[in-house]
Amino acid sequence: MRLAAALVVLCAALFALSLVTGLAAAPAGQSLKALAIDDGTPLSLVMREIRLPRALLAVMVGASLGLSGAALQGYLRNPLAEPGLIGISGAAALGAVLAIQTGLVLTHPLALPLSALGMALAAVLLILALAGPRGGSITLILAGIVISALAGALTSLVLNLSPNPFAAADIVFWLMGSLADRSMAHVWLALPFMALGWAMLAALGRGLDALTLGEDAAQAMGIHLPRLRLLLVLGAAASVGAATAVAGAIGFVGLVVPHLLRPLVGGRPSALLWASGLGGAAMVLAADIAVRVLLPDRDLKLGVLMALVGAPLFLHLIYRTRKEMA
Amino acid sequence: MSLLSLENLGALRGRRVALEGVTATIEAGECVGLIGPNGAGKTTLLRAALGLLPASGHSSLAAMTGAARARAAAWMPQARDIAWPVSVETLIALGRLPWLPRGARLGEADRTAIGAAIARMGLEDYRKRIATRLSGGEQARVLIARALAQDTPLLIADEPIAGLDPASQIATMQVFAGLAREGRSALVSLHDLGLAARHCTRLLMLESGRLVSDGPPAEVLTADNVRRVFAISAFYEATPQGPVFQPMEVVR
Amino acid sequence: MRGCVRPSRVIGALAALALTGAAAIAQPPQRVVSVNLCTDQLALLLAAPGQLVSVSRLARDPASSAMSGAAQGLAVNGSGAEEVFLLRPDLVLAGTYTNDATVKMLRRLGIRVEVFAPARSLEDIPARMARMGALLGREGEAERRIAAFRAALAALDDTPPRRPRAALWYVNSFTLGADSLAGDILHHAGFANVADEAGLAQGGTLALERLILLAPDVVVRGRDYPGRSRAEDNLAHPALRALGVPMSAPLTDRDWICGTPMALDAVARLRELRLSLETGR
Repeated sequence: MRLAAALVVLCAALFALSLVTGLAAAPAGQSLKALAIDDGTPLSLVMREIRLPRALLAVMVGASLGLSGAALQGYLRNPLAEPGLIGISGAAALGAVLAIQTGLVLTHPLALPLSALGMALAAVLLILALAGPRGGSITLILAGIVISALAGALTSLVLNLSPNPFAAADIVFWLMGSLADRSMAHVWLALPFMALGWAMLAALGRGLDALTLGEDAAQAMGIHLPRLRLLLVLGAAASVGAATAVAGAIGFVGLVVPHLLRPLVGGRPSALLWASGLGGAAMVLAADIAVRVLLPDRDLKLGVLMALVGAPLFLHLIYRTRKEMA
Repeated sequence: MSLLSLENLGALRGRRVALEGVTATIEAGECVGLIGPNGAGKTTLLRAALGLLPASGHSSLAAMTGAARARAAAWMPQARDIAWPVSVETLIALGRLPWLPRGARLGEADRTAIGAAIARMGLEDYRKRIATRLSGGEQARVLIARALAQDTPLLIADEPIAGLDPASQIATMQVFAGLAREGRSALVSLHDLGLAARHCTRLLMLESGRLVSDGPPAEVLTADNVRRVFAISAFYEATPQGPVFQPMEVVR
Repeated sequence: MRGCVRPSRVIGALAALALTGAAAIAQPPQRVVSVNLCTDQLALLLAAPGQLVSVSRLARDPASSAMSGAAQGLAVNGSGAEEVFLLRPDLVLAGTYTNDATVKMLRRLGIRVEVFAPARSLEDIPARMARMGALLGREGEAERRIAAFRAALAALDDTPPRRPRAALWYVNSFTLGADSLAGDILHHAGFANVADEAGLAQGGTLALERLILLAPDVVVRGRDYPGRSRAEDNLAHPALRALGVPMSAPLTDRDWICGTPMALDAVARLRELRLSLETGR
């Protein structure tokens, strides 16, 4: 419970910091006042229409990635399972790009998140088929490489074929992710899908705890595995799909956060779920603040920063599990 | 009241018949040893009885709902599989899952059951240790404690003493025998026929998926059965300290 | 060794090519190929009939080229060295940003390549036209066009007492400042450019929140391209609408990119926008 309180406080502090971080050199107090009371000034507009959705999306995207990472790891019994690394985010980005480039987004407002969700769903199913709970790390990583590479290549192909000269430049956004200049419209577009996904994933705690002892033991403890699998697949696809549709594919959040928090929750997958949701939110908030502080004028991509933090950790995890992988 | 009844149980592994026509009943107060050579179908029988794999025929446990079955029998698979670095106490507490309503915290009864399981396996000093960092033998004891904490009338364990040192093997078999004296039951597969003879009240002997002998150790471990099923000769004698069974030579 | 070209023969062929290149300086080039959108348009404007053989593919795109109509009758090229070489040009017109490898390769093959830097101001345009005229042997045509350009520009110049503040706002939050053709066009149309206030005289990324806090009187937006891209989302951000300042009709890239006399159309349209703002006030 102390951990929960600490994470909530951390998120709240980073949320406030995110709101007052930006190019405009307005004092923090004045900025927050302009957010609370619409005084018709440009600062109010900036706070309400640009900074607020940005901070909200950081929380939502981070929570989705952290929660999905923890749930996937719990089910696959593997600390390397991460939505970005195993290709779910990449597939969701492909779905989003397809919806945009085919003009599907113009026919229905929900086409974008639904298309991202659909591709994410396909990727989760593929991963589960290729590397179920009994598959080793090597199968999981190889399957992830295949799905990521294919999704990334198809995304690049679709964008290269676009008649729009700027579409090719979008490849970086879809593969690296960014929260720059998103609006409240993106918040409302993603929130219902994410909330649905969170609810599904949060219900998995008991089953994931039992899976600590393996599928057989979990089943014998009364866990209905097919139902658990269905909730996991739908929940991860909905939350990661929606997150990717509005922010691009941001990797490593679901790897770093559960890894850091696992010792703090005593290794229990159920406790790790909510902790990783909060931790993911804090992580993405912090990363999004960092990209604005480090290179304010360059729209540094979130994924770049996450990879700089996450890749060494990933290496460390591989190093530790190499015996199992050999 | 029988804790498990199997009628004409059969199962396939791929296209091969792994289990065929097994009929048996386990009553309260029994420590039943399941014996047979490698590939005889011991694991298949146990998993089919629990409803963990598709099977023909009838098993009273498999017929139950998942929740009811989890309160009727605890299952300890052979693989000592602990995915996350949880404390011994946390791991053993997982055994209480079937008794906890969704979202509820551990209650007094749960703590009692966990404490009893820890005491029975002699794990008092291990409570805060991280389970994944223990030795194989220690992990085996923790996993048995986990199954004991489930506090079911029947405990089903697949080769629970494989890989343990002699003292741990004897202590573990004594735990199962002790359960039987308290009116609970254990169904345990094992390869050590000496320990089976000594600690089990009854043995089931499997050969190529068929139940070929069922009865007290002295009736099952006959020279004829042992030679036909295991292809060995053995020394068997009932002593004041209990039966002594010692495999001697490979015959064939 | 049959079937193999003798090295001496190759050298001979190259020498012959080099000679034709040298000869071209003496008399106006007969087969001119342009591989850059801006040289395309200048050449289309000034070349004698039949002198220009091929222009770059972009020249036909009405979104990018102010002379797409005139380009329709000409062969287009993809600006690759092999493709251009096979057109047997005696003069290749390229831009500073044409692939350096292509330019070097063509020069190695003995073809004369003239490179044009992009125009940074309206004043660059007469200079570019004069150079193009000289290269094509069309000095007279160039002089006539330059005089007309200067007259038209002078007619448009009526610097107002107070310049309204405008922002140039393109895809990916890109803006242009005083040291750019677009910025100069904006200046001649009588506007002040907020990019200069933000210290972006060369141009660069003007983050949306900075744009809003600069609170310009008008936002001159880049155009929408066919298809869609996430990079264009900034043009439709709700905060931009909420700012409540007029958005000019999108000015197309063809007005800004190249230093051709057609830039005057952009000056004229922006001047009208300014006048309408002033009467509206």
